Amino acid sequence: METLNNEVSQKANVIESESMVVRFSGDSGDGMQLTGMQFTDTAAMLGNDLSTFPDYPSEIRAPIGTIAGVSGFQVNFGSKEIFTPGDLYDVLVAMNAAALKVDLPRLKKGGVIIANSAGFDKKNLGLANYPPDVNPLEDGSLDNYIVHKMDITKLTKNCLTDSGLGTKEVERSKNMFVLGLLFWMFDKSMDSTIKFITEKFAKKPDIANANIKTLNAGWDYGDNTEIFNTRFKVKAAKLPTGIYRNITGNHATAIGLIAAAEKSGLPLFLGSYPITPATDILHELSKYKANGVKTFQAEDEIAGICSAIGASYTGNLAITTTSGPGMALKTEAIGLATILEIPLVIVNVQRGGPSTGLPTKTEQADLLMAMYGRHGESSIPVIAAASPSDCFNADYEACRIAVEHMTPVILLTDGYIANGSEPWRFPTEDKLKPITVKFLDKPNGAEGVLLPYKRDEKLVRPWIKPGTAGLEHRIGGLEKQDETGNVSYDALNHEKMVHLRAAKIEKIADYIPLAKADTGKDKAKLLVLGWGSTYGAIKTAVRECIAEGGDVAHVHLHNINPFPKNLGEVLKAYDKILIPEMNSGQLLQLIRAKYLVPAIGLSKVQGLPFTTTELKAKIVELLK
Amino acid sequence: MSTTTIEPTSKMTSKDFSSDQDVKWCPGCGDYSILKQVQTVFPDLGIPREQFVFISGIGCSSRFTYYMDTYGMHSIHGRAAAIASGVKASNPDLSVWVVSGDGDALSIGGNHFIHLMRKNFNLNYLVFNNQIYSLTKGQYSPTSEKGKVTKSSPYGSVEEPFNPSELALGAKASFVSRTLDRDPKHMQMVLKRANEFKGTSFVEVYQNCPVFNDEAFFAYSDKETKKEEAIFLEHGKPLIFGHNDEKGIMLDGITPKIVNFKEKNMSPTELWIHDEKDKTKANLISRFFDTLFEGEHFPRPFGVIYADERPVYDEEMTNQIKAVNAKKGKQSLNSILSGDKTWSIN
Ligand SMILES: Cc1ncc(C[n+]2csc(CCOP(=O)(O)OP(=O)(O)O)c2C)c(N)n1
Ligand code: SF4
Ligand SMILES: [Mg+2]
Repeated sequence: METLNNEVSQKANVIESESMVVRFSGDSGDGMQLTGMQFTDTAAMLGNDLSTFPDYPSEIRAPIGTIAGVSGFQVNFGSKEIFTPGDLYDVLVAMNAAALKVDLPRLKKGGVIIANSAGFDKKNLGLANYPPDVNPLEDGSLDNYIVHKMDITKLTKNCLTDSGLGTKEVERSKNMFVLGLLFWMFDKSMDSTIKFITEKFAKKPDIANANIKTLNAGWDYGDNTEIFNTRFKVKAAKLPTGIYRNITGNHATAIGLIAAAEKSGLPLFLGSYPITPATDILHELSKYKANGVKTFQAEDEIAGICSAIGASYTGNLAITTTSGPGMALKTEAIGLATILEIPLVIVNVQRGGPSTGLPTKTEQADLLMAMYGRHGESSIPVIAAASPSDCFNADYEACRIAVEHMTPVILLTDGYIANGSEPWRFPTEDKLKPITVKFLDKPNGAEGVLLPYKRDEKLVRPWIKPGTAGLEHRIGGLEKQDETGNVSYDALNHEKMVHLRAAKIEKIADYIPLAKADTGKDKAKLLVLGWGSTYGAIKTAVRECIAEGGDVAHVHLHNINPFPKNLGEVLKAYDKILIPEMNSGQLLQLIRAKYLVPAIGLSKVQGLPFTTTELKAKIVELLK
Repeated sequence: MSTTTIEPTSKMTSKDFSSDQDVKWCPGCGDYSILKQVQTVFPDLGIPREQFVFISGIGCSSRFTYYMDTYGMHSIHGRAAAIASGVKASNPDLSVWVVSGDGDALSIGGNHFIHLMRKNFNLNYLVFNNQIYSLTKGQYSPTSEKGKVTKSSPYGSVEEPFNPSELALGAKASFVSRTLDRDPKHMQMVLKRANEFKGTSFVEVYQNCPVFNDEAFFAYSDKETKKEEAIFLEHGKPLIFGHNDEKGIMLDGITPKIVNFKEKNMSPTELWIHDEKDKTKANLISRFFDTLFEGEHFPRPFGVIYADERPVYDEEMTNQIKAVNAKKGKQSLNSILSGDKTWSIN
């Protein structure tokens, strides 16, 4: 553990807390995402468990000061285990009137507001749609909160008068003032941020110095002014021992792919077209040229997946990454990969739909599309990631299944976990499951005949690389004759091949973990069955309910197609089943149809994750 | 699937390139000739059979893949170029051949077509242009002439056709050529040139579909009309055509002109000398299509219209990887997993 190098100020009371939620909120140009990330990194390195939630508009720079332009970053950090970014926040930083307007409703009663009064002038109040002559900082409407208002813009300017920087650069530094002040409030070391600034602006020492100066000014402001009489202390969490890093879901996905490539010994190829919120995977992988990673920014999503199909054909670990609208464009090519029976991982970072929908907001509404969104009978594996760091596991597993079972695999993550972050006790190379790949190098049939669609005990056909002498053959999208792979229009052969392809996917159930309770007992009155990013909220809600005496358990599905073999048995052990989803009940349909159980759905389609409170309320209701 | 034995490349014949599948094009289809010329040329290219990969889309033309005893993928409509990009990017050693139709390449695959030309992978792109959608039984295509009567245009198509070579040049193609099914020798020459050229070699093949668009290119192969309607380009040679090779093309400023140079007692060297590397002139030649220059109709050009090598995508990609690797070195998986900001909990 690192020790804090600043002594706790004598002047302020220190309140110890198990966890705190801070929401940084400001205009898109105010740097709130960066501020939040820096605060998070520090909290993580000082041993807090945490979960973050960046919540930003789809416009890059909506008109300054407007409600549409508000960009938020929420972090929940604690000395206990944390699984969600928190329902309500303890501290709200509001850089302007619009930010306060948007985010005040979810500030705890009695919570702290740090407001930049410069963002509450007549113009800003008007842009935030406050009635004329109403200023919430002045009119007593915030009496139930602890309000610290200060002209951060001016304070920053004052501290940078001699910096030689232009007004714009000075203006841009004000988020550092906020960060310094918060570090003081939470008694956290600024070392990591100072290091970050020094590295980021290595070539612009003027700017680096200005940022560090402002950061210190924020700290000193807290330390010296009488208005702050309270500081908070959130001790390090008692997490399992080990080495940790902080990671977002998209970053974990990118690393998972690299790990799978290394462990399988396959070259990595990504064919992709930029789309929010999946683009960061492309960005991240593009950095690894030194490791031979090939990233191909295609002309559209169709070319993205088709180039990946081409790369898979030559023996690469081939990936395509996208989000909803791009997924729609890829469906025909997924069908091709299905009939070719070649490995491919399709990552869908889900966002609100249909159509362009809510590009920067989260949703789980592409599950049925992943299951069924192709023409013809075309079952393929579907895997879902449960949390930012679980994107690594899910993604690694998707790659393993794709190459070991010669099939396209869909990995579902979503905007919430893709952009959110949490501490991750990352594995070392030797702890990763092996991935076995074998290319055919000689004819596999009798008398030297090549049978490209001859199957092994897993019903898997061989992977054959072009360039292998003596194994020249043709594959394609027309129905294949069993074993030979030649074009066949024979009716019974078609039926056989449909069944074989489906049976191959079903067989994967023999090679994946069984379902079991993540929290709670194997038998209880109520089971909360979840999938994907609802994991943290369900786990927190179920834990709290159990602590309060509720007879409830949580099972989380990582493999959705095929389901774990024992899922039917597991479900039978509970009197009632609740399935919360950020859609209108898609897993609900699958479970009801397959297991004929009267599961109950809880649906939220607001572009926002479930809160623990919402889930608890439903659990309590069902336990009555 | 055929029994395949490994043979040294030197002894290969066209037979080594025909698969055991029955060829199922209609009798008289121009695709037969293309298959034959490819199978004739391939044994002498000096490339081992296992290095050849055919990627086709969907259409009568795209069935080609099944008939070549090489590696091949018959894919989905319009996407062959995109799949081939991935094949070539991931394994630059392969000799990649795309086979596509006018609908496959220029309609549904139009976006991939232009980007493939721009990106310039080192591969060969053959478009069998029969100016019709054949596999779907005869609808007008993006290369069908305006007014074309088909099943989907019983009163005539109201659309302007693409001029494929002009389109390819506009999309920054580095190699643009045209040949036709009824001129085997010419096609063989163009195929060899395409193979030799480093870059995306675009080969438009005029292909007769006797069933849905018979004799669309008759004027360029029929004895009576060929000499007047077609001009065969050769690098460094003057642009000459006509029944008695008496007509030449000259440039008057930027306007092409037809002159009877024999009547005028001009030396052929005074005519426009074809320079494959001259893009400005290639642009003009490509417009010997439907453009009238000063009211005059020009013969359709065949051969290599433009060929000028520039860096190819697959090599640039490989070189970049090598350069970054040389500079930074490969990062170990453990260090990627840990990142550069970690903390430990004891
Ligand atoms: C996505 C999709 N849309 C439509 C079709 C139907 N289709 C098959 S081939 C074809 C046109 C083929 O024309 P062309 O590319 O000129 O090839 P040709 O048959 O003339 O050789 C069409 C429309 C299809 N197979 N897939
Ligand atoms: S329909 Fe036309 S293009 Fe197709 S095989 Fe028959 S002749 Fe050839
Ligand atoms: Mg056609």
